[in-house]
Amino acid sequence: MKRRTFTSLVAGMSLAAGMFGTTAMAQDNMRIALVVKALGIGFFEAAAEGAEEAAGELGNVEIIYTGPTDTTAEGQIEVINSLIAQGVDAIAISANDPDALVPALKRAMDRGITVISWDSGVAKGGRQMHLNPSSTPLIGNTIIKLAADHMPDGGEVAILSASATATNQNAWIEAAKEVLPNYDGVDLVATVYGDDLSDKSYREAQGLMASYPNLKAIIAPTTVGILASCQAVTDAGKIGEINVTGLGLPSEMAGCVDSGATKSFAIWNPIDLGYSATMLAHAIANGAETGAGAEIPMGRMGSVTLDDTGSAAMADPFTYDSSNIEQFKSIF
Amino acid sequence: MKRIFASRELLLLVAIALVLGIISSRFPAFITLSNLAAVFNDTSPLILLAIGQMIVILTKCIDLSVAANLALTGMVVSLINISAPGLPIIVTLAVATGFGACLGMFNGILVWKLDIPPIVVTLGTMTIFRGTIFLLTEGKWVNSHEMSDTFKAFPRTELLGLPVLSWFAIAAVILFTIVMTRTTLGRAFYAAGGNPHAATYAGINVGRTQFWAFTISGALAGLTGYLWVSRFAVAYVDVAGGFELTVVAACVIGGVSIMGGIGSVPGALLGALFLGIIANALPVVNISPFWQMAISGGAIIIAVVLNAQANRTKGRVILKRAEHAT
Repeated sequence: MKRRTFTSLVAGMSLAAGMFGTTAMAQDNMRIALVVKALGIGFFEAAAEGAEEAAGELGNVEIIYTGPTDTTAEGQIEVINSLIAQGVDAIAISANDPDALVPALKRAMDRGITVISWDSGVAKGGRQMHLNPSSTPLIGNTIIKLAADHMPDGGEVAILSASATATNQNAWIEAAKEVLPNYDGVDLVATVYGDDLSDKSYREAQGLMASYPNLKAIIAPTTVGILASCQAVTDAGKIGEINVTGLGLPSEMAGCVDSGATKSFAIWNPIDLGYSATMLAHAIANGAETGAGAEIPMGRMGSVTLDDTGSAAMADPFTYDSSNIEQFKSIF
Repeated sequence: MKRIFASRELLLLVAIALVLGIISSRFPAFITLSNLAAVFNDTSPLILLAIGQMIVILTKCIDLSVAANLALTGMVVSLINISAPGLPIIVTLAVATGFGACLGMFNGILVWKLDIPPIVVTLGTMTIFRGTIFLLTEGKWVNSHEMSDTFKAFPRTELLGLPVLSWFAIAAVILFTIVMTRTTLGRAFYAAGGNPHAATYAGINVGRTQFWAFTISGALAGLTGYLWVSRFAVAYVDVAGGFELTVVAACVIGGVSIMGGIGSVPGALLGALFLGIIANALPVVNISPFWQMAISGGAIIIAVVLNAQANRTKGRVILKRAEHAT
């Protein structure tokens, strides 16, 4: 009991000190902490790069790139507590748990720190806004567009998903079906499920090629599926006839792009994500409104409009092809 | 007893022919020779694992760690390939088989020397092996552009019209048919599972026999691990997730008794082929994914019922003369 009072006293003192520090520092430098799920992950290193880019544009911003060493909520709470103690101006976090971080982040907001979440969100009470990398309609549109871009005369396409019960996959596929009429001549002939298993996805891709001899593209909005389809198309000697596209990671897809089985694919760009999160944190710390319907600018990425839950979608997934795969394959 | 085996295999052949007939009525191209060869090639990993699993099940054990063993060995050879891309394929094969065998021996030692129930041992090692992959890679994938071309090309290389992957399955079927029917070790597997007490009196060390069963299963899983990651050109933690159950299912459908002592290499082969044909046919006959699971599940239940029937007849054998007398 005694010790607890003592620690809270110390914490209070350091906090007070921190707050004085903040006010003194805010005049010359705004300090924005980019908190990630865990250090040492290529995706987040790239996001930090984007954050630095934003800081460079804004001028008087210092980025503190930090996070726990493993992807745990406890680790992130420690990091948040130390950031509160340091008195940073804003925290932009990709959360390991939507709920567990809420009390710590609330404490931060009580101290006047701007808190936003990005990539992986925090529950509504624990942040001022959440930045999604993309949105269901944007992803649905992108995966069809990727296929349509490389078939000027239209043709048959098929979707190879993860499991038939995967919520996000199904939402994307629904969104894709909705935009289908906008793409003339693109004919979605089948949706099959590879369960995110290499062997099953491979077989399903083989099945698609056997059932639809005129197939022009396989769209796989899942990393296992797109790789397995790419391998199946390569093994069937149909590179050039069938374009495998969808969502994948550059490091995993480099081989498929090199072989030509995949002309282009998409995934959110972590650099843009870190950049946008920093821009938003900066704008909100400088007093931008965060109510529903509020529009907040984010530099070269345009602006976002918040919905009822205080979330917003950044942009279309970023397209990768032979021109930029070399640059990104070492990043994530 | 021999007649039961024969009839079971015949029954499976009929079932396979029937399934092929139904499929060809909906999708004629399925039964072309080239497609059947492709189906066999796709089923080869399952055949390799099913043979190993059959031997383990014969000795009244079960090896749930085969898929995890496959994934770990696949990852290990992939990592070796990244650091030493020039390594001859024969060395990779030896490393894969040897490493897999070591993992199998680990299972075997625990079952033999510590007398822990095999289901618990392999459930544990299954998690350990998958966890080890994560520790080795921190969840990162080994992707096709990181693997050397020879490493990826080997299982696809055509030899007398069939890919090397298929030849491995054929070789394993021949080798283990001989081992199971013509060697003392092979007969010991049957004895150790069929009647452990009698086997002990006959001078067979049941524990050591089980140890060798696990070692063989591990070696086959390791070998398959390399073939798998090179075929799909990717290695990650969840490679072949849940595949151990497909392997057990192939054995059960192939007439291998979960109680031990009954089973044959041709049975395991046909069981694997049955599942392989269904898995390859369902995508082309355009059936909902939920039905696919139901059909595989139905086949397993039918097989188990048939197995139970077979076991019951076996129990009556001793009383046959008494039965006739009444």
